Amino acid sequence: MVEFTLPKNSKVGKGKSHPAPDGATNTKTFRVYRWSADDGENPRMDSFTIDLDNCGAMVLDALIKIKDEVDATVTFRRSCREGVCGSCAMNIDGTNTLACTKAIADVKGDVKVYPLPHMQVVRDLVPDLNDAYAQLSAIEPWIKTESRPPDRERLQSPDERKELDGLYECILCFSCTTSCPSYWWNAERYLGPAILLQAYRWIVDSRDDHTGERLDALEDPFRLFRCHTIMNCTQTCPKNLNPAKAIAEIKKLMVQRQG
Amino acid sequence: MSTGNRPLSPHLQVYKFEWTMALSIVHRMTGVGLAAGTLLMVWWLVAMADGSTSFLTVQTVMASWIGRLLLLGWTWALFYHLCNGIRHLVWDTGRGLELPVARASGYVVALASVVLTVAAWVAGYMAMGAL
Repeated sequence: MVEFTLPKNSKVGKGKSHPAPDGATNTKTFRVYRWSADDGENPRMDSFTIDLDNCGAMVLDALIKIKDEVDATVTFRRSCREGVCGSCAMNIDGTNTLACTKAIADVKGDVKVYPLPHMQVVRDLVPDLNDAYAQLSAIEPWIKTESRPPDRERLQSPDERKELDGLYECILCFSCTTSCPSYWWNAERYLGPAILLQAYRWIVDSRDDHTGERLDALEDPFRLFRCHTIMNCTQTCPKNLNPAKAIAEIKKLMVQRQG
Repeated sequence: MSTGNRPLSPHLQVYKFEWTMALSIVHRMTGVGLAAGTLLMVWWLVAMADGSTSFLTVQTVMASWIGRLLLLGWTWALFYHLCNGIRHLVWDTGRGLELPVARASGYVVALASVVLTVAAWVAGYMAMGAL
């Protein structure tokens, strides 16, 4: 449902301020969203001013530094620190991206860090992704065939393989899905750009025999057609993929199969 | 573990307003505006059927500066919605969805809507002999 304002328990207040260490000359302030279930209080923005001369280049480096040196309770997901795992997706400087590939130098002024937008917050920068994962399993993201398994790999021509470029690279960080206003208002019924891009990845796979069933499952005013081509998904994708284009291709197939 | 009181993370409040996003919301708003404008059209037609007194009332209201301002707004809304609608039709063929193209076509739509609005009003005033 469309609700432009935040519920009462979600309004963000002012938090603690941690000044720069003595003698630091090259500083940057990070304003970080904080919330914990433990204290029963509303979310708040803590600010941490850190010494950039003693910090890695990326926003994730700064968050790890803050956790190590200033406040060990700052909570966020991270793993690979090189843009392949998708764990550290968050809203930085107004758009969703991976903290590990977002350079601090690319942000003018204070670096504002929020969890992925319009999601239930588990703690600090950690959103609850359970519903998004359930939507992923709903599109059955694996190969489904009718023929007997061959003795070797199922082969593709170079052209057939090329169809998967720009799709297989998705790391399911959900930056796109949580940037989409349609998903904000209809998350229970609209699948969102990340899942639809995954759905298209299996629809165009030449080795998959269930294209018709896959399209049947998406033929729905909400699951697919809540996409209004707002383009936030493509704009924000940290891997420079184009979910809006993948969704448009699915919509085209829906029309084409009607003959 | 209780998950009942988990907050909703900020969305519109913190999300950077991108150009394509702005065009999209304006498309929605002009659509709503045009629906309201249709009611005005109905009022105008009903007044026309009702007779010269009613029609004169509508004409007077519409000729006032506030009436003209509203009409100008509706003209622009119509052309914007039309041009952006064509942009959506092209997208539906799978074309023009690359980011630089989608941004550029947005500028074309914005410019075209203004140019067409001005052209329509100039043509209108010329037809009235006021220009």
